[in-house]
Amino acid sequence: MADTILVVVEQREGKLNRVSWETITAGQAIAAATGWTLEAAVVGSGAASIAAEVAGKKVAKVYAIESAKLEPYTPDAFAAALKQFLTSKQPKLVLMPHTYQVRDFVPKLATAMGRTVISDCIGFKHEGGKLVFTRQMFQGKLAADVSFTSGAPWFVTFQNGSFRGDKAEAGASTAPVETVSVDIADGVIRNKPQEVFKEAKQAVDLTQAEVIVAVGRGIKEQKNIEIAKQLADALGGDLAASRPICDSGWLPMDRQIGSSGQTVAPKLYLALGISGAIQHIVGMKGSRAIIAVNKDSEAPIFEIADYAIVGNLFDIVPPLIEEVKKAKG
Amino acid sequence: MKQVPQKDAPLKLNESGTWIREDVSYEVNEPDAYALEEALRQREKHKGEVVVITSGPARAQQVLREALAKGADRAIHLEDDKFVGLDAFNTAKAIAAAIKDEQFDLIFTGLQSDDYGYAQTGVILAELLGWPHATIIMQIEKNETGIRVKRELEAGFFQFVDMPTPAVLTIQSGINKLRYATLIGIKQAKNKPLRKVSLAEVQSALGENLQKIEKLYIPQKTKKTEHIEGAPAEIAKKLVDKLRNELRVL
Ligand SMILES: Cc1cc2nc3c(=O)[nH]c(=O)nc-3n(C[C@H](O)[C@H](O)[C@H](O)COP(=O)(O)OP(=O)(O)OC[C@H]3O[C@@H](n4cnc5c(N)ncnc54)[C@H](O)[C@@H]3O)c2cc1C
Ligand SMILES: Nc1ncnc2c1ncn2[C@@H]1O[C@H](COP(=O)(O)O)[C@@H](O)[C@H]1O
Repeated sequence: MADTILVVVEQREGKLNRVSWETITAGQAIAAATGWTLEAAVVGSGAASIAAEVAGKKVAKVYAIESAKLEPYTPDAFAAALKQFLTSKQPKLVLMPHTYQVRDFVPKLATAMGRTVISDCIGFKHEGGKLVFTRQMFQGKLAADVSFTSGAPWFVTFQNGSFRGDKAEAGASTAPVETVSVDIADGVIRNKPQEVFKEAKQAVDLTQAEVIVAVGRGIKEQKNIEIAKQLADALGGDLAASRPICDSGWLPMDRQIGSSGQTVAPKLYLALGISGAIQHIVGMKGSRAIIAVNKDSEAPIFEIADYAIVGNLFDIVPPLIEEVKKAKG
Repeated sequence: MKQVPQKDAPLKLNESGTWIREDVSYEVNEPDAYALEEALRQREKHKGEVVVITSGPARAQQVLREALAKGADRAIHLEDDKFVGLDAFNTAKAIAAAIKDEQFDLIFTGLQSDDYGYAQTGVILAELLGWPHATIIMQIEKNETGIRVKRELEAGFFQFVDMPTPAVLTIQSGINKLRYATLIGIKQAKNKPLRKVSLAEVQSALGENLQKIEKLYIPQKTKKTEHIEGAPAEIAKKLVDKLRNELRVL
């Protein structure tokens, strides 16, 4: 029998998390390279409707793994359910998106099966019959090709944005859906999650901003935020920040850009002293133009910048404010 | 707590291209500093003891010294150069072996390391110990049945979770405000217990790594980036020209 790739898509409150399409695209690409069979699974109570949605894509089969105990999400229940399922189906490769939920349960699942996860990958290579997965290391400064040295199942999670969800191929016909009920014994679930909520309403909405000047830890001290503010004002734009700036209370949380903050797509995103960690980049890479000022020529932010200025922001910003003011008359 | 290369340290590859050269400066992995701070705050509220553990070469002792100076009661150092090359599974196994005679109520780890970035070690440790866990934690309160923690979810969402102890929590940066070590603290740290655990002592608990770095390299650029160079005043002029004529934001 051919080896199987299983993509576990993510559902939240009965809806498919759209990042799952990226994982389907990844699975299709790996299937094309290896000749392995691609299947998908949805875990949760009421997974059937999502399974039907996924069955429209080019996959051989979709499983809806169900149990009332899977709602609400707990790592204990998800790990138990998937362990049961994977032990019986024995896929070679299990792919998931690297979401907060997946990172919460997949290391537990793999460990319970004596296996490992190559986490937060951005791609794969299939060379000479060998499959390696590429992941960022050192906060994106370096990349590594990583291989499995142990038996199946091999667990891989993919970073948000590594594959194009809109490129997930539709199937010639709808794939069969099989519902699998799993038993989760009493006492397995130890955590009691409460309702999901959002903190007090955000005062600032940066999603509509046309120009954003964002500061990172390169700004060094709270009082220096002022020069970034002056630049933002001169450009008629808004001020934003990386997480550490908001963590320190130098700017309010609602100005944070990134995976745990706002996602923005202005005409211009000017990054001052921001290194370009992936959790920041996911929040701003859709910007039409990105200008980065950073004293480290190897800072990962330059990988996505349209214009790069390698230098000390304290030298660059003051004359820039003057020039902008002049230009505006 | 893990010691990692300093954020802006220039990294060079070793000869085999599988790891970096060790001659860089190191610091505490950022979320681990918050994990320590949270442990100290919980002790201040509920009494007890804070123990810090690291796995790494001799240089990693610095992390423990700093933690002791900030107020941790004692430290454990899994000391060997070889600990650097372990995957998350084996690192967690080594830590589990080193603490097998301890009776902790809570174990805090950072939510991920700045070098490997596995985001796994704490969760694996919980599974090895048979304990419940919760990840990306922004608040911890004791209650009648155990603890109530606040998990950070994506895009500004949060969730409270009630769970029993003992438990493993992976701590997010920004959960609290870090303290500095005091001079007295630094002095007192010298007399606090620091237990060393050799590789030989935990070797029987470890296995082969389950994953392997085949190659480490500088990532290829995919986007065309235009470098703007010159003296600051010149850069400012060139940029304003782009802002006006290419980006049309002026
Ligand atoms: C689960 C999770 C969620 C996260 N969510 C977010 C999020 O939503 N948003 C976010 O931003 N981060 C988030 N992070 C944190 C993220 O991983 C990084 O730690 C963070 O983005 C780094 O911020 P920074 O670039 O400001 O700081 P650093 O990484 O410390 O970078 C500072 C940069 O400034 C440069 N610099 C220093 N001095 C100067 C100078 N004088 N002139 C010019 N440049 C200078 C340095 O070269 C360096 O590149 C998250 C992390 C995790 C694990
Ligand atoms: N060598 C180590 N020594 C001590 N703690 C570690 C070590 N490696 C990982 N950790 C802990 O596990 C967390 C997650 O690391 P990682 O799984 O590598 O992303 C870190 O923030 C540390 O708290």
